[in-house]
Amino acid sequence: MPFDTAFFVEPLIKSVVLVLGLTLGFAYLTLFERRVLARLQVRIGPNRAGPGGILQPIADAVKLIFKEELTPSAADKVVFVLAPIITVVPALIVLGVVPFGPTVIIFGRSVRLALADLNVGVLYVLSITSISIYGIVLAGWASNNKYAMLGGIRSSAQMVSYELALGLSWVGPILLANSMSLEKIVEAQRSLWFVVWQPLGVLIFFIAALAEVNRAPFDMPEAEQELTAGYHVEYSGMKFALFFMAEYIKMIAVCIIGATLFFGGYLGPFVDRLPWLGPLYLLIKVVALLFVMVWVRATLPRIRYDRLMAFGWKVLMPLALLNVVVTAVVLVVIG
Amino acid sequence: MDTMPSPRGLSGLWMAVKGIVEGLATTLGMMFERPVTIAYPEVKRPVRPRFRGRHELKRYDNGLEKCIGCALCAAACPADAIFVEAAENTDEARFSPGERYARTYEINYLRCIFCGYCEDACPTEAIVLESQYELSYTDRRTAILGREQLLVPVPPGSQPTPQRVAPHSFDRAIPDMKDPE
Repeated sequence: MPFDTAFFVEPLIKSVVLVLGLTLGFAYLTLFERRVLARLQVRIGPNRAGPGGILQPIADAVKLIFKEELTPSAADKVVFVLAPIITVVPALIVLGVVPFGPTVIIFGRSVRLALADLNVGVLYVLSITSISIYGIVLAGWASNNKYAMLGGIRSSAQMVSYELALGLSWVGPILLANSMSLEKIVEAQRSLWFVVWQPLGVLIFFIAALAEVNRAPFDMPEAEQELTAGYHVEYSGMKFALFFMAEYIKMIAVCIIGATLFFGGYLGPFVDRLPWLGPLYLLIKVVALLFVMVWVRATLPRIRYDRLMAFGWKVLMPLALLNVVVTAVVLVVIG
Repeated sequence: MDTMPSPRGLSGLWMAVKGIVEGLATTLGMMFERPVTIAYPEVKRPVRPRFRGRHELKRYDNGLEKCIGCALCAAACPADAIFVEAAENTDEARFSPGERYARTYEINYLRCIFCGYCEDACPTEAIVLESQYELSYTDRRTAILGREQLLVPVPPGSQPTPQRVAPHSFDRAIPDMKDPE
């Protein structure tokens, strides 16, 4: 077999595009959220920087870069610096196994629009998302601040409780597709999206995902009224921006995974003839899911911490288990 | 603990779901309403009639200043923001219809609390809190406005101050001169 340079260059280019795309997505998700939230609250939102506020994320970025980086004198210096990195890296690499579109032809070479087709893709996603909790807990610990510590502890407790329901909600699509590869799961939805077979699964997934990415009404770790800002209270400048980035990229990632598992991923009309429509369809689905996230944030108040835990363990987990059992039994009976 | 027992079981679940759906519908409905935001520097909302903005020193229709330099405003000012220095009017150089006029009239807007006591104290209704509210300064000195900045422009068809008037046409300490209405 002749040496193929493109074999090594291709994943590299894909990685760079993925990371840059996610970073850009994060920047504009903040604008999207602020504009949509403003309209839901009968306001206009940021519209000053550039036409329609389109340069607002750039202005925010410049501001954050030039802000002073403070490290508390009693903080654990190494861990304090390491924590935002530990949080942001999993958020960036989690989408490595998600297919963004079908195979396309670029410069005469057929390229699959996915970084890797891991046969245990769902497992990979689940395990990588769990790592970013370490960053949050370590940030809380290293800050040497009681509010940061409480925020970190809360987030670990919350994520552990909701990860079970999240993982169980993914079992439905795995059973239906008979595979853990996200590529195969998408292909299995060619005739019908899994949301039709798994309405309860989607609901559980969405609620657990909101808790997993610390979004309202489950934004316990950063409850402003109780914990000032939670685990990132001592962070400023770019280190704070990294936490912010991780939070928003996780939102995007969770929406992409949700779209892939339940809403047919990149599938849509004419996607076989025009493969470049695939990423576009995925984008539309992701934006719709993100809109729902913002919409929920604009509507529901934060729920009390003990209620949150009770809901996770006593309602969501049994429901998710029930969903798995029913799906499995029905599949076996039908064959 | 809860003061009102929340319903359990299916009715409780139904209430919760109904509440969430109603809330979501309400917020989504808001999205299709006109934003209430006023795009401030471009669009300015007119102030209310009794709004207390920056002071103005008023004039009579004939151009004479209403202020007679009595400094009651400075005495009434709880923030000690007003400084008045009076001087005598003469028939050759008349500023106000009274015996004296304000040669210096300064208001320090870093001290002023816009309470309107100066307005209440003024016997000739010379000082009035008007509608201008865009008061920002880049240094302390410019935050002190003098009489030239506070005085309103001379009404059309009348003379600026000081005016040369016929002898003994104004000989009251506090004028009872009113604008013709």
